Amino acid sequence: MAEFKHKHIIALRDLTKDDIELLISTAENMRDINCRDIKKVPTLRGKTIINLFYEASTRTRTSFEIAGKRLSADTVNIAPSNSSATKGETLADTALNLLAMKPDIIVMRHAVSGSHYFLANKLNCSIINAGDGAHEHPSQGLLDLLTMKDRYGRLDGLKVAIVGDITHSRVARSNIQGLTKLGSSVYLAGPPTMVPPGVEKLGDVTVCATMNEALQDADVVMMLRIQQERQGKTLMPNAREYSRYFGLNPTNIKLAKPNAMIMHPGPINRGVEMSSSMVDGDQSWVLKQVENGVAVRMAMLYHVCGGELE
Amino acid sequence: MTAEQTVLMDGAGIKRALTRIAHEILERNKGVADIVLVGIRSGGAFLADGIAQQISVIEGGAVPVGAVDITLYRDDCSGHLPHHPVGKTDIPFSLEGKKVILVDDVLYTGRTIRAAMDALMDFGRPQSIQLAVLIDRGHRELPIRADFVGRNVPTSQKENVQVAFDGSNQPIEVVLEK
Amino acid sequence: MDLLIKNGRVIDPSQKLDDTLDVLVENGLIKAVGKGLSAPAGVETIDAAGSYVVPGLIDMHVHLRDPGLEYKEDIISGTKAAVAGGFTSVCCMPNTKPVIDNKTVASYIINKAKSEGFCNVFPVGSITYGLSGDHMAEMGELKESGCVAVSDDGKPVGNSELMMRSMQYAAGIGIMVISHAEELELVGEGAMNEGFTSTELGLKGIPCVAEDIATARETMLAEYTGTPIHIAHVSTKGAVRIIREAKARGVKVTCETAPHYFTLTDAAVRGYNTNAKMNPPLRESADVSAIKEGLRDGTIDAIATDHAPHHQDEKDVEFTAAMNGIIGLETSLPLSLGLVDEGVLTLNQLIEKMSCNPSNILGLNRATLAAGSVADITVIDPKIEWVVEADKLASKSKNSPWLGQKVKGAAVATVVGGKLMYKR
Repeated sequence: MAEFKHKHIIALRDLTKDDIELLISTAENMRDINCRDIKKVPTLRGKTIINLFYEASTRTRTSFEIAGKRLSADTVNIAPSNSSATKGETLADTALNLLAMKPDIIVMRHAVSGSHYFLANKLNCSIINAGDGAHEHPSQGLLDLLTMKDRYGRLDGLKVAIVGDITHSRVARSNIQGLTKLGSSVYLAGPPTMVPPGVEKLGDVTVCATMNEALQDADVVMMLRIQQERQGKTLMPNAREYSRYFGLNPTNIKLAKPNAMIMHPGPINRGVEMSSSMVDGDQSWVLKQVENGVAVRMAMLYHVCGGELE
Repeated sequence: MTAEQTVLMDGAGIKRALTRIAHEILERNKGVADIVLVGIRSGGAFLADGIAQQISVIEGGAVPVGAVDITLYRDDCSGHLPHHPVGKTDIPFSLEGKKVILVDDVLYTGRTIRAAMDALMDFGRPQSIQLAVLIDRGHRELPIRADFVGRNVPTSQKENVQVAFDGSNQPIEVVLEK
Repeated sequence: MDLLIKNGRVIDPSQKLDDTLDVLVENGLIKAVGKGLSAPAGVETIDAAGSYVVPGLIDMHVHLRDPGLEYKEDIISGTKAAVAGGFTSVCCMPNTKPVIDNKTVASYIINKAKSEGFCNVFPVGSITYGLSGDHMAEMGELKESGCVAVSDDGKPVGNSELMMRSMQYAAGIGIMVISHAEELELVGEGAMNEGFTSTELGLKGIPCVAEDIATARETMLAEYTGTPIHIAHVSTKGAVRIIREAKARGVKVTCETAPHYFTLTDAAVRGYNTNAKMNPPLRESADVSAIKEGLRDGTIDAIATDHAPHHQDEKDVEFTAAMNGIIGLETSLPLSLGLVDEGVLTLNQLIEKMSCNPSNILGLNRATLAAGSVADITVIDPKIEWVVEADKLASKSKNSPWLGQKVKGAAVATVVGGKLMYKR
């Protein structure tokens, strides 16, 4: 019987194929809870979950909060950007203070890649990564996988195009790790300024010269968010030119397989990464991604609460 | 270490027991009106299918059958062992005002039944819940008893009772392991 | 206090000496080097059989953090770490608080080292006032007060005109300019080398070309002005190539590398190890090979540690928040001896790079066992195996990537000015 042996979920890179499949299967089986009149099970009754979000996030934080509540855990949200962090308290000190409140799980988003490992070494509670710098965003990766499984019934042999700023994308990294482990292939496209060196060695990854090349016969087209504040002034001229070469539209989507699924981690810049007709069209799975987010996060909370087996 | 095994019931015996339980359910409830069957995953769910089949043979009409996975309602979730994989709860009908026949393979401490009843309550408010089990092996830790029992088997707590199923989820035998 | 070191393998490149000999020290000076030397009764004798006896090692690039940052290191603890690592002289960089950009600070360091330190300390003054990169410090006064070089180490002099003029001015005074060669725009917010590992870890990368461009600028300025330049902590294959080509053209360029650049790659950062975070960052295996080749063919003149102590609170933080740098004084010798085991360098070449060349580049007049010279001597047992342990390091700071690892070779006696300052 499959068992989840990890105390923390920090990166899909740290998980095996079996771990990922178990999390997805748990999420599939938990999903119905979210459709019932009573959207709650008593599983994590008495557990305390702290959502520690150093970066602003509505979607992910809300999703984790709902996931915790539906499992009957007590969830507390802390946004240190408007509390002690601005008074010079270090991450380690903040975490130690939170630990005095005896949380079972800390769900953290932090701008610094790897800060969850730092925290995991200091604290004895479980750590779940809700996004760290440009490193990983495992819950997003898992919900993307679940959504692809909803459409195709499998996660092997898929051709997944990921288009945009790969360098700064933790979503891309988690998807590359997950898809590769499950036997699918990733095709990346983006301005060369946004494709990091050696990315093809991260897994079953092909770096494409053009967006059209990546889209060719794709089963899944995943568009990444462009953030002017991240790309600065040196990575691209402006959003207008970006969307001309790396935006998804009714013409280039035809290169992908008929009825290929379109995904986006959100929030979407309509007219930049893709046109509104793509966002709202039949091929869009964007809302399903959000819906699956709660179930995936419930599965993550459930399994890290199970303790270690060593 | 090989456990000593005794076969308590064979396939035919199990089938006879399920047929009898089906008759008792119909008798007690005066027919199939408002009856729904919910089996507890995994063994109970297979047996619920078997009982439903017998009921339809006897009465000629189908009764709704669902399955409940009680993993999320277990009372041992705060232990330090890995959590059990979560199975699918599949109750594609309303329980509101229904007479629910909860089906399990082996009744032991009663904790599984407690969890299953909590799960059912989260799906609505049934008129009643009745419990049907293939084997009652005693040693209850909660005030729970079965309404329909295939066979009472006195056991010691060191022993283990297993219902084995074949590839198409048909019961093959009941085994006592010492 | 006199001293007789008997039966060691004396290796002195300055005299082309490599033989089993005795070394007699009297009144702080080398009295004699020869066979069967004897000393008057009562003179301390060190049996150096099986060990190397070499001119005192010189680390031309350390940070002693004194004045101003004594919670990381001070002149006493830093020089204690130096002698424990076999160094009899260190050159300390000017990024103290206040900066070594005036006579007062330089004199403070020299005096404190003389009265309380364990080894010779030669301060390096700053090129620009307060390391501002804005205008030239008083290099003349710095030289007069005992500084042996000028450097804005920690950052480059970004303004090319100011750098060129500083080199010309320094050459007029006769003081060496040491360059921290990095193009800051390319460094940006980078936290490690840009490459596969930075991609995997999602950390902002520093491309090696940031160092290459700056190294090229320095060699071209040296070539244009005809003045010397010393490039600090060379870490990239590009910089090695540029310096090799410049030397071939007769440019007066010298350079150093540090032990971590020939022993570690950026893979050491995996796990977000802040003790593998330094500037320049650890590079890739091709760079490590090029550094070794540069050492072998003489492109790289010196091995310096860039000993950069940081308090635990500055390292035990999220990766990007961690300070750059590692300590190196106490691990440099075993790591560098590894180059001899690997066949990269001969023992004689290693002593040149750890003693003679730094002395020559900076005009220190050390690094010899010739009779009559100052008795700075290091006795090295190349076979001792030991584990790098935090609580056994003399340095106040413990930010070493080698903690817990076994290394081979150690200084067993360090003699500074004729005094036995360290004995293992």
